[in-house]
Amino acid sequence: MIMHSILAHSAIISPVLRILAAWMLVLSFALLAQRRLLSLIRLLAWQGVTLAVGTALVGQLTGDPVLWVSAVLTLSIKGILMPYVLHYLLRRLQVRGDVEMTLNVPSTQLLGILLVVFAFSIAAPLDGYLPAATHGMLGIALAAFLLSFLMMITRRKAISQIVGFLAMDNALFFAATSATLGMPLIVELGIALDTLIGLVVIGVFFFQIRDTFDSLDLHYLEHIREDK
Amino acid sequence: MIIFWVLVLAGAGVPLLAFLGSGRRGARLFLLLNFLVLIACVVMSVQVATQGIIRAGGDEFRVDAFSLLLALVNSTVGFSIAWFSHSYFLKEVQHHGLSAGQQKLYHSMFQLFLFTMLLAVLTNNMGILWVALEGATLSSVLLVSLMRKPQGLEAAWKYFILCGVGLAMALLGTVLLYFAAEPALGAGSDALLWSQLHAHSAALNSGVLTIAFIFVLVGFGTKVGLAPLHSWLPDAHAAGPSTASAALSALLLNVALYAILRFKSLLSGPVAGPFAAHLLMGFGLLTLLLAAFSMFRQQDVKRLFAYSSMEHMALITFAFGLGGPLAIFAGMLHMLGHSLAKSSVFFATGQASQEAGTQDISALNGLLHSRPVLGWSVLLSVLAILGMPPGSLFFSEILILASAVQQSWQSVPFLLVGLGTVFAAIYPRLQAMLLAPANSLPNRQSGVGGLLPVFFQISLVVILGVAIPGQIELWLHDVAGIVQ
Repeated sequence: MIMHSILAHSAIISPVLRILAAWMLVLSFALLAQRRLLSLIRLLAWQGVTLAVGTALVGQLTGDPVLWVSAVLTLSIKGILMPYVLHYLLRRLQVRGDVEMTLNVPSTQLLGILLVVFAFSIAAPLDGYLPAATHGMLGIALAAFLLSFLMMITRRKAISQIVGFLAMDNALFFAATSATLGMPLIVELGIALDTLIGLVVIGVFFFQIRDTFDSLDLHYLEHIREDK
Repeated sequence: MIIFWVLVLAGAGVPLLAFLGSGRRGARLFLLLNFLVLIACVVMSVQVATQGIIRAGGDEFRVDAFSLLLALVNSTVGFSIAWFSHSYFLKEVQHHGLSAGQQKLYHSMFQLFLFTMLLAVLTNNMGILWVALEGATLSSVLLVSLMRKPQGLEAAWKYFILCGVGLAMALLGTVLLYFAAEPALGAGSDALLWSQLHAHSAALNSGVLTIAFIFVLVGFGTKVGLAPLHSWLPDAHAAGPSTASAALSALLLNVALYAILRFKSLLSGPVAGPFAAHLLMGFGLLTLLLAAFSMFRQQDVKRLFAYSSMEHMALITFAFGLGGPLAIFAGMLHMLGHSLAKSSVFFATGQASQEAGTQDISALNGLLHSRPVLGWSVLLSVLAILGMPPGSLFFSEILILASAVQQSWQSVPFLLVGLGTVFAAIYPRLQAMLLAPANSLPNRQSGVGGLLPVFFQISLVVILGVAIPGQIELWLHDVAGIVQ
């Protein structure tokens, strides 16, 4: 049944899906290059929206109502709520607008390209098991995952590390949507619940860091030594 | 039905404590809730003993011997923690001037943590298992940073980021598992039910499953404290309140390993099965040696025993990797013994360092003379964790060594070196803590009532060692059939 409807729709939808996947990758590279915190959060919101549209498209492709629920959840949490909360924290905590990096932009971009090649070479053998409509998308999802990871480890500020972390999450969801056409509903709901708890925890935690150090710069957090 | 009671009792506590969780009332409520959860778990185990595997909510919840043993140990230690917390945390509130809001945060987050630990073992759905472990991370992060000391915040941040990345990988593993299962089991939530997956494990694509297992092992392995992604573990244990250290060691590490083992049991076939087993053995040995040799340098008593947790988890991981009925029996027994003994160690040393106002080992001296009850609880719990007879850890370590001799003689020297080093690192410190002349009298004495769980749990460890109840032994044997 599902395979049948995929065949019927894939001719139109699958190119759109592919463009969305490419867009996802572009956004990941943009995150890697962006220095301003506000723009980082905006890019993250765009990723969330892209993810929601992608999920909805796959839902259209397979006619599975669960994916529509998931798309709505994604849009409201990852596209709207999360960026809003981060933005609110940014304003409340009065973080300075620039991101300090441990590695300059050109080198991280070059490293990023290598990661993309690596991701595609890992994902290529798995393509055989995927429905034709989503060929190659697992590679993109894995590449976005690795790029977000790279971003996370090259940033100094707590907020930009969190943005990298959330972008990693987005990439994973993209992998889930494209490889398995979404997770079971109960799992999706559980993950959404965790994300909400996570937002609260991040918020409380940022205020704790700020109150203790008067800054969200993480180099204050590099003092634990094995043998003090 | 009883499964729901366990979860509802544990889960309802979270909002309750968020509103009422401050002061003496909060500590009492926390204790009462966990007492009820413990009773519910005992009732559940009676049901499992009489009826065998029980299910609820369709097939979403399922309790077999493996999950039951962990649920029992989780609720027992949870109750002990609540008991100890009653006196310990109120003292901490005084010393650190914690506000009512922070007290509520502590109690409700702790309850959330205990709830997720029970949910993780009672669910049959591999996706929900991931959700529960993620919830456990999120709730315990705020416990680690509770005191708002720079050290605590740093540890909590490291914990959050490292385990967050680990869990992201584990989620990728779970997605891949679903991907492998979907062709065989069809879309929908059935395809992530462990019982279904296990029944059809031969039909799953073993290539995809192997990749999934690697992600899961690295991901959840971060939470078990397997090297090389272990570095959050000693920091988080040292920074949080001692109740949180006890909870991390006794519950979280076990449950994370439980998740890995549930995954591993789905790998079958001549290539995938041994591959997974060798990975577990390799990570186990590496972590064992690393933890053992790191212990010498530690000045902080809680860091020292955090490394000891790594060492024990490594040993358990190794035992499960070894496979075979004997090794798995020993690994499971070791899991139970370690949880009971290690939480006792953190209670005893936690109270000692609270009274001394420092976690520096060299400042904790002469406990046996100045504070006999505290001294004895430190002595008994540390001896149990070192694997002295008649504690159960002695027997499980002997059994693990014996099965290693039989099945993989190459690993025996590493095991012996690791265990010997641990003994050499901890025993002299224990002597100094107990017998050396005290530097000064403890300045903040507190009562000994909070230490009751230490004696309770150490007697359980001894019972598991010398006179293991028949039903528990049966369940321990059953585990081999489940994870093999």
